[in-house]
Amino acid sequence: MTAAADTSFWRDLIHKPFFWGVVAIVALLALNVLKDPTYLALSINPNNGNLVGNLIDILRQAAPVMMIAIGMSLVIATGGIDLSVGSLMAVSGAVAMEFLSAAGDSGSIGAALGAIGLALLITAILGAVNGILVAYVGLQPFIATLVLMLAGRGIAKVITGGQNTTASNDPFRWIANGFVIGIPVVFILAVLLVLVVGWVVRKSALGLMIEAIGINPRASRMAGIKPKGLLLTTYILSGILAGIAGIMSVGSVMTVDISRTGYQLELDAILAVVIGGASLAGGKFSLSGAFVGALLIATLDKTVLYLGISSSATPAFKAIVIVALCLLQSERVRSWFRRRRRVAPPEQLSAKEEVAA
Amino acid sequence: MSVLTTAPALQSQETVLDRVRRMIMANPSVLPTIASVVIFVGMIVFGEVAYGRILQANTLSNLLINNAHLVVLAVALTFVILTGGIDLSVGSIIALSSVAGVMLSNAGWNAIAVIVAMIGIGAVFGVISGVLIRYFGVQPFIATLAMMFLGRGLASLLSTKPERLGEDSPIRWIGVQLKIVDGPKVNDLVITPAVVIAVLVVAAAFFVLHRTRTGRTVYAIGGSENSALLMGLPVHRTKVLVYVISGSLAGLAAVLYTARLGTAQNITGIGWELDAIAAAVIGGTVLTGAYGYVLGSVIGALVLGLMNVLITRDGGIPPEMTTIITGGILLVFVLLQRAVTRRKRE
Repeated sequence: MTAAADTSFWRDLIHKPFFWGVVAIVALLALNVLKDPTYLALSINPNNGNLVGNLIDILRQAAPVMMIAIGMSLVIATGGIDLSVGSLMAVSGAVAMEFLSAAGDSGSIGAALGAIGLALLITAILGAVNGILVAYVGLQPFIATLVLMLAGRGIAKVITGGQNTTASNDPFRWIANGFVIGIPVVFILAVLLVLVVGWVVRKSALGLMIEAIGINPRASRMAGIKPKGLLLTTYILSGILAGIAGIMSVGSVMTVDISRTGYQLELDAILAVVIGGASLAGGKFSLSGAFVGALLIATLDKTVLYLGISSSATPAFKAIVIVALCLLQSERVRSWFRRRRRVAPPEQLSAKEEVAA
Repeated sequence: MSVLTTAPALQSQETVLDRVRRMIMANPSVLPTIASVVIFVGMIVFGEVAYGRILQANTLSNLLINNAHLVVLAVALTFVILTGGIDLSVGSIIALSSVAGVMLSNAGWNAIAVIVAMIGIGAVFGVISGVLIRYFGVQPFIATLAMMFLGRGLASLLSTKPERLGEDSPIRWIGVQLKIVDGPKVNDLVITPAVVIAVLVVAAAFFVLHRTRTGRTVYAIGGSENSALLMGLPVHRTKVLVYVISGSLAGLAAVLYTARLGTAQNITGIGWELDAIAAAVIGGTVLTGAYGYVLGSVIGALVLGLMNVLITRDGGIPPEMTTIITGGILLVFVLLQRAVTRRKRE
């Protein structure tokens, strides 16, 4: 009995959406530890009591990706995709930096809040443009958001007049660089937002409705769900979250680099969502999976750098991760595994049922 | 399609306008393509009136020379998009293939062998995408996204510095400007072998898509994959084939671009997949597949190229507006396509 209970526990774990992501993170960390046994060590900075270490760096780096991955999870669950998030990060960063440099006062909390509010308002409006194009005009999400992906960076350039604007504002900087009880603020913020969004979509019927749209928009409409409004909300949310990610990433250096801020981060977000086990065809999402996915991407980025490989080569390793995950998820590879399992007699029945299903 | 092939029999009695009107009535999906031709002509007229020196041999030659690679990419994307797929990897295939090609050439490889290798790299990427999509059910978007990452990463592993093609390399000949008509002052009609290659690619693609069984299968897959399967068309083989075509053409585009520029870098071609998609869409290719023309995509690529020329000529438009204008034009065309397909369904 205990043996059976044990195997079912493991089987449940393996089928958790984020299982393979966690395995990959552990493997990467182990690789780092092989190179340097003290890699995982955390120490406390005696001056300010903050935790210092590679793990903390990974958490900090993962935060912006987590932000856009939450929005992307919901958008992908509706059967869509949001390619504009990277550009929206640049827009948000540009707005915030311009506002702060115009405000001038480097200690004012009001200026920081104003910059954040204005940046999020504008990204929400741009997200709404995506949403209207997808929900009301009926464009394919891929192409609707592609337009803003192309135009977004241009908009950011126009806002800053083509400059990489710098500003100084301590409260704003604190969001990206500060620590609370030794843990980076960005990471706490990211975890809070994952929890809040996760709680809202899972405790209400919102998550279910979003998934229903992704599975079959017509059927969901007949079941009394209003897909248009929900789609619009999803894209606005994705825009706002991209705005927060933009604030996080410009805040750490207090400069917006219009051509590099958030560059290709939409791809990282999609990757995080896929690692988290969501189906790109829509109808299924897992915020915890996307959370793990974002952590995996940050770990991968750090590891590649740590192993002394040029950071511009990281995409090749990401590609290997994507391909491996896609193969693991594919029906063909799964049926290979099933065939091998058929040796055990009691398994045979269930395998056949699965095939039939 | 049938409209295009049967129309010439009747054309003698009607004016061009009548013919166009009849074509639109019978097949509204040609409307975006016609619109892009109108826009292209309109841009030329506007440019000529506002800035001058647009409608002259020199400018038009440069338009073709500078955009030969984009035309080839647009043709590549047309094949894939017609089946309802997408290929995001073309930009990074160009990076990998041109960096590898220049390095091989400088290592003393024969020029022909280098060119074959460059196209081969693209073909291999196409095969991998195709196999992932066909045999493992991976979505085209994600499979080619992985290839995009892979290509960019491998190119960066090879080198992150600009690699210079040797001055005496025979590959440079593809980019050499040949004077066809020696006009007054600098107003010469010039072409490069690259332009000729691009034109040949367009002609071949036109023939394959509109005159062969493979082409009909491509359109059929975009229309409905299941129906195409039930009709007994070689759906699976063709699906892999379009990605191999797209990858190989991206490799060829790398040859054309490298020959013209003489350098290659790991960051070459960033965002070109989007330019190529935009060109195909502006040219009237519908992203859900089955509707679109190769020649439309060529016009789309030239619209994008001409737009850059006009913005540079104007001088008052900040260059950062380019992407906004591209996005705007793209949006207009997608809305147009949407209106057309909606009317068709009703």
